[in-house]
Amino acid sequence: MKKKEIFITSAFTENSVWRQILGICSALAVTNLMMNSLVMGLGVIFTLALSGFTISLIRDYIPKRIRMMVQTLIIASYVIIVDLFLRANYPEISKALGPYVGLIITNCIIMGRAEAFAGKNSPFDSMIDGIGAGVGYTFVLLVIAFVREIFGFGTLFGFQVMGDWWTKWSIMVMAPSAFFMLAILIWIINTPKKQVG
Amino acid sequence: MELNPLIIFIAAIFTSNILLTNFLGMCSFLSVSKEVESSLGLGMAVVFVMTITSALNYAVYHFILVPLDIIYLQYIIFIIVIAAFVQLTEMIIERFSPILYYSLGIFLPLITVNCAILGVSLFMVIRNYTFLQSIAYGAGSGLGWLLAILALAGIRQKVKEKYVPAGLAGAGLSLIITGIMALAFVGFSGIVVIQ
Repeated sequence: MKKKEIFITSAFTENSVWRQILGICSALAVTNLMMNSLVMGLGVIFTLALSGFTISLIRDYIPKRIRMMVQTLIIASYVIIVDLFLRANYPEISKALGPYVGLIITNCIIMGRAEAFAGKNSPFDSMIDGIGAGVGYTFVLLVIAFVREIFGFGTLFGFQVMGDWWTKWSIMVMAPSAFFMLAILIWIINTPKKQVG
Repeated sequence: MELNPLIIFIAAIFTSNILLTNFLGMCSFLSVSKEVESSLGLGMAVVFVMTITSALNYAVYHFILVPLDIIYLQYIIFIIVIAAFVQLTEMIIERFSPILYYSLGIFLPLITVNCAILGVSLFMVIRNYTFLQSIAYGAGSGLGWLLAILALAGIRQKVKEKYVPAGLAGAGLSLIITGIMALAFVGFSGIVVIQ
């Protein structure tokens, strides 16, 4: 497969969130603000790309029986890098994201890509696949965060975009709206085309 | 502030349900909730593993990681503790109680990747819980998760035969049901407040 094809496939046509319903824990949790979602997305892209690369590189040397454990440890090492980087440079965001940075380890997307792609393909292809899956994931996060932040706070990336007349919808800041937004997004994307037109 | 472990326990079940307010453990929540029986099996396994691993991770964090000043390794250590404990439980159950193994054992491997388990350990550290508080929090979160998955499984069995728009069937519908459940759980928020 060509590099571009791999990227498009894992980012959009086979998007982990809406096609396979993976990794939605964090997709729901951090999406009340655009900034948090973007940082989370970048962290996931970084982890996906490098863990895919590493796992693919050493895939022939990993004993089959403890494969999952080895993969988890590789993923955890990269997540620690992300966490330390955020703590050192962006303490505010790191605090807002709380445990969700650490929970990238158990984000099913990463394990899913490691199992489905990195275990069978060359390191560079796996890296591109990882970046693709990460971009697709970040895209979903940003779409949901866009709606939730603009209705819930009247801001985008922290900048005021709605005037004083805007009444903030506190439901958008609370947990239930995250479920509804993701459901609506999945609904729109999975609706067969002929029904739309 | 010292919170009574009992209050944390109640709060973890209702007001700050690990699934409905912190969105943890969604993957297995959505994929296993097709039937009530299997949901119950997985839920029980989660309660058990969550309670014990929160105690284990508390001990590991305060007696190994803090004295040695290697807190930055907490993610790796926690996940190893959880995976090792799950593996051990699976082996013990298989050896001593084949019946329990058939009803519960198949769910155990799913639990290592259930982010709620790691999430509980991480929250416990962030909120500086004491040992008893941690156990109460772990058990409460597990029960809250069990409650949520049972409710979803029950509702899904009811709506299985009903007509839903094509794009919404499956995960979309489950998410909307979960959203409504989360909305209902917001109603509990008057009982106790933590955090």
